[in-house]
Amino acid sequence: MTVAVWEALRERPLRFALSTWPLRCWAFLLSGTVVGFFALLLLTVLLFVGVGLSVVGVGLLVLMGVAVLGIPVAALERHRLRLVEPEPLLDPHGSLPGTGAWPWLRTRLRERATWRELGYTLALGVVFTATGIGFAALLGLSVLLTATPVIVWAIAPDTVMLVPGRPISDPVAALPGSAAGLLGLFVSAYVGGLLAGAQVWVAQSLLSARDEDLSTRVIELTRSRVRLVDAFEAERRRIERDLHDGAQQQLVALSMTLGLAELELRGQDSPATPLIARARGEARQALDQLRSLVRGIHPQVLTDHGLPAAVSELALRNPIPVTVEMHLPDRLPSAVETTAYFTVTEALTNASKHSGADQVSVVGRLHDDKLVLLITDNGHGGADPAAGAGLQGLADRVAILKGRLVVTSPVGGPTQLRVEVPCSA
Amino acid sequence: MLRVVLAEDAVLLRAGLVELLSRVGHEVTAAVGDAAELARAVDADRPDVVITDVRMPPGFRDEGLKAALELRSRHPGLPVVVLSQYVATAYATQLFSGASSAEGGLGYLLKDRVGEVTDFLDALDRVAGGQTVIDPEVVRVLLQQRTADEPLQRLTPREREVLALMAEGLNNQAIAQRLTITEASVVKHSSNIFMKLDLDPAEGNRRVLAVLAHLRREAPQV
Repeated sequence: MTVAVWEALRERPLRFALSTWPLRCWAFLLSGTVVGFFALLLLTVLLFVGVGLSVVGVGLLVLMGVAVLGIPVAALERHRLRLVEPEPLLDPHGSLPGTGAWPWLRTRLRERATWRELGYTLALGVVFTATGIGFAALLGLSVLLTATPVIVWAIAPDTVMLVPGRPISDPVAALPGSAAGLLGLFVSAYVGGLLAGAQVWVAQSLLSARDEDLSTRVIELTRSRVRLVDAFEAERRRIERDLHDGAQQQLVALSMTLGLAELELRGQDSPATPLIARARGEARQALDQLRSLVRGIHPQVLTDHGLPAAVSELALRNPIPVTVEMHLPDRLPSAVETTAYFTVTEALTNASKHSGADQVSVVGRLHDDKLVLLITDNGHGGADPAAGAGLQGLADRVAILKGRLVVTSPVGGPTQLRVEVPCSA
Repeated sequence: MLRVVLAEDAVLLRAGLVELLSRVGHEVTAAVGDAAELARAVDADRPDVVITDVRMPPGFRDEGLKAALELRSRHPGLPVVVLSQYVATAYATQLFSGASSAEGGLGYLLKDRVGEVTDFLDALDRVAGGQTVIDPEVVRVLLQQRTADEPLQRLTPREREVLALMAEGLNNQAIAQRLTITEASVVKHSSNIFMKLDLDPAEGNRRVLAVLAHLRREAPQV
């Protein structure tokens, strides 16, 4: 954690007094004193009212109000901090499960950040206010002293005494007072810098988000990514359904009609016969293409029969021989199955295209509620996981499910992909 | 003439199939759109053969296939032709291993097959006649490149061809014609196949068993 004021002080100690830093520090300290004073006042009043009324029950609500008082104060303080800190602090509070006062209160009371903020409010109200008043006195006196010649000139012919018993006769005689005042301002610049820095440091320690606050947000982030993946998955299935129920059926119907036409023309020597046969062949090709397209989007056999069956089908269609050995007791969560399936697809494609292998093995097992897939080829190795966009995409998908993808591919082979996906996630 | 109950949720295809079947003289007693209606229609009409799609409402998964299996257990020997969009052998395995008895014809055909009108009608007749028919495309996928698959590994290429045609439901004479060999050598090949796949001649229809033995090994998790 760095404090900007302290950095400025350390780097250019002499320039500091002449920069805008002292003014900003003073503004920060004085405004802090005001905020701290009112916060302390509010805290004390609420505390007394709360304790006093706690017998009636309403007091407990007021006491809860005391507990969360730090939140608005902290929000204000994070803004006020910008006077002397270029970087805004992260709000440590997580998002709410619902709307309304009750979810808000329940969530906030459970957060550690809330209690740190209350602690900060106490420090602000007691320590910062006290030092702030002392500092305000020093600063005020310095300003007053600096201005003595003006004061003397303004209120003459009344006498002004800087030191009791020693009246100052004219503004020129008050110049030593000005000198003392300027010295006081000079000192205030540095004291203010140090004090403001100390307050910033405390604020940074108490008001900023810590790892423990962020971890809940990381979980939320992970959840939202999983939701996104699920949404994509649903969309893939919808597209697959639409193609299956629409275009595929139409093509089948078309080829059937053509078949009927052929049947009608049978025995007749019509020039249309070879044309119809050709049309039927073309319809059939279109169907084949559409079928493999649909399978690439989302294989129905995966939905119906699970991972081992779907991988076996993949293996059958693969241009180089694949042995599949999968012993999975039950169906896995569909997100895990889909991710595993597309990982195997990608791995087999890579092995067939780039590795020069003539044999691939896919082994799948469940280890302590974690699906472990090993895809090994006997090719020449040297695969670079960073280079392949496909592998990167798969690693991302696997990571969303809190799993991992490890690629080992020494030059000379063999290449092995190891996928681990927890099934409980 | 066959009395057919047809279950297919795609309206266009259902209408087309009805037209096709009636044109060649079969009677479609009911053409329905989901698995529950299929069961009702079969119970009421007692058809000679049932044609059903794999994927059917309400879940659009394998409702049609499941309904077919259930109907087979309720009406033993009911000939069923399952039409599928998928070459996936898992469905074929589900169909053949789920059928409670080998009695009565059973067919697994790709939907594309209905375009080959003569082949399709021929397959339908054979299933109605109690034979087993597996789509040539599925058989091709099953028999190709399973290099690691032991018992099939022992078959010669010619024997595999014979097995593939057997799976399609052809008899020795038809196989002999298709491969342009003598019927005697078909018999010789088939007895070799049975021997290599360790099939007991007493176990009913060995042709079907030969194919089933392979199918079951194919996807043991089903």
